[in-house]
Amino acid sequence: MSTAGHEAAANAPTAGEYIVHHLTHFNSTGHAQKNIVDFSVINLDTLFFSVLMGVIGLFVMWRVAKSVTSGVPGRMQAAVEIVLEMVNDQAKGIIHNAESRKFVAPLALTVFIWIFLMNSMDFLPLDVLPNLWQAITGDHHAYLRVVPTADLNGTLGMSMGVLFVCLYYNIKIKGFGGWMHELFTAPFGSHPLLYPINFLMQVIEFVAKTVSHGMRLFGNMYAGELVFMLIALMGAAWAGTATGAFLWAGHVIAGSIWAIFHILIVALQAFIFMMLTLVYIGQAHEAH
Amino acid sequence: MEHVLGFVALAAGLIIGLGAIGACIGIGLMGGKYIEASARQPELMNALQTKMFLLAGLIDAAFLIGVGIAMMFAFANPFKLV
Repeated sequence: MSTAGHEAAANAPTAGEYIVHHLTHFNSTGHAQKNIVDFSVINLDTLFFSVLMGVIGLFVMWRVAKSVTSGVPGRMQAAVEIVLEMVNDQAKGIIHNAESRKFVAPLALTVFIWIFLMNSMDFLPLDVLPNLWQAITGDHHAYLRVVPTADLNGTLGMSMGVLFVCLYYNIKIKGFGGWMHELFTAPFGSHPLLYPINFLMQVIEFVAKTVSHGMRLFGNMYAGELVFMLIALMGAAWAGTATGAFLWAGHVIAGSIWAIFHILIVALQAFIFMMLTLVYIGQAHEAH
Repeated sequence: MEHVLGFVALAAGLIIGLGAIGACIGIGLMGGKYIEASARQPELMNALQTKMFLLAGLIDAAFLIGVGIAMMFAFANPFKLV
């Protein structure tokens, strides 16, 4: 879409191509993933941007922690303290075991900061990094998707991480025998006939918690990113055919409204993912 | 082939529409109850607000998972016999 005018409109990507282009990952196979589940494909862009956001988050927190003063705190330190107190209050309210809270509260803080940073990759204009990537690789059809949480692999990976921490605490708090006992007797009582049903219910519960935990973040971010793409199409249609200024104005207005609303979604989804991490780990502490 | 695409488009629309009905009614009810509660007990407004946002996120979950899937149907159509 760099040149306006009719010849550009001829070979400019159609709306569908533009969106499908922006939905394709830069992965290890070079082309879009064919079938839904394909473990041989690794989405390198999701990997890169999630690690990059993690490093940035850790660096910022480390810098603030290094220069912490008990006197008048700077703005950065005040902000980090606010987040710390919020996470600590939530952790104290949900996880009553002080000893495991030593690990779980920092985990919740990491989850909140990391997901907030990964989600906020959505605020960059849609075509900035992909065009930069195309310039770097020189391949005009280079694919890149910058929001790691708009990739199901990213979010399900994190929710499975939370599941493993839950399983660890289940075994640590209740002991392996105690947990096995609970697995087979939990919802409906300890009559031997009910063992299979109990176990089935427990498995369903764990799977449902993990899948909904990951899919919720994915659904919100994927839909949010797609709305940005649809809004970008408005601007693209104006650039391609110069049909009227209202399309350009539409792009700017709709884009800013959605971006402002998206700030709430980004923060809220990071908060919800953190709260549910705490709640699931808290459930691992209580006996049914 | 056209039947598949037509039905997928219908399915995507239905997923989003029905999900939206549920989510909006749920959040509407909860918002109303929250305002009633904060009118009756203003000192609880802050604590309830955090819980309201958390519940709003949870209510939206199924809807937005549906929107995610519907959008995936619309753009990366798995039913295309390609």
